[in-house]
Amino acid sequence: MEITVNNQQRTVDTSTTLSALIDEMGLDDKRIAIEYNRDILSREQFSTITLQAGDTIEIVNFVGGG
Amino acid sequence: MQILVNEKLLEFPNHYSLFQVRDTVAPNADLIICNGTTCACNQTLDGTERIVLIQRGIQPNVDELEALLLARHTPEVHQPLKNATVGIAGAGGLGSAIAIALMRCGVGHLIIADYDVVEPSNLNRQHYFLDQIGQPKVTALRETLRRINPFNSLQCENVTLDCDNIPPLFSEVDVMVEAFDCPEAKAMISQCWLRTFPHKPLVAASGMAGYGSSNSITTRRALGNLYICGDGTTAVQPGSGLMAPRVGIAAHHQANTVIRLLLGIDPIEEN
Repeated sequence: MEITVNNQQRTVDTSTTLSALIDEMGLDDKRIAIEYNRDILSREQFSTITLQAGDTIEIVNFVGGG
Repeated sequence: MQILVNEKLLEFPNHYSLFQVRDTVAPNADLIICNGTTCACNQTLDGTERIVLIQRGIQPNVDELEALLLARHTPEVHQPLKNATVGIAGAGGLGSAIAIALMRCGVGHLIIADYDVVEPSNLNRQHYFLDQIGQPKVTALRETLRRINPFNSLQCENVTLDCDNIPPLFSEVDVMVEAFDCPEAKAMISQCWLRTFPHKPLVAASGMAGYGSSNSITTRRALGNLYICGDGTTAVQPGSGLMAPRVGIAAHHQANTVIRLLLGIDPIEEN
């Protein structure tokens, strides 16, 4: 099924969880912020969400330094 | 006619000149600012002017400093900044530079929190001094900020921030600034802030290590009310440490984004 991640179309298997998508993208779930269909998620929610066709996801990946 | 001189409305004869006003009010003044511009030449006044008279080398009092900022920035800019409250989470390379920039701009209320102490390794990029090593960063930064402007409200907290203490400490701010070093803390405050205060902007930074092109550092709106300054990718790693110029560029992207948000201007679009 098709979803949109950071303004780009992406194909994922049905019943993929958000956590699985994060792993697939090579991201560390402790260093990101996610807006899932306009909702900002807490990290505890990442593993509880199963992706649906048409989902719109924005992921910000933070790198160290300041 | 009445003219505003050093923020006081004074009465003068019609067609009085700038130098006559100076000679009447402050004959020792050697810096004359009229309507925001430094004036070396005399001019006739019509009563619409805003004049600031300063004697060089003399420390300004609260009213004179206010008048100087007002003259420099114009009332349309100065007043919203003076009324604003800005929170800064972290007082390292980003936070110390942002705090100094915002204090110089006349932001009226700053709330700054950091848990750390000044170390020798900070001095390559953070606004601290050798004689401040060992002091809590917020104590050292407070001292520096007070030397710039002793009159504005400044709250400094020596605390480790988490999602329990961030909302109560910063609930009154108009704009929040993320100035942490560690990516986990950047992610933590982003989730916490955007979920707790969805209508209050968070200005964060990501990617400013090394000495890559200055022009790779940008400001973008990432999601919700989250703005991110930096190149987005250059992390701290061996061979790519944090250095004053690029950390400073990212910090000042953040400070300017705060100023634009406080003035009601879109931080991204050219106006």
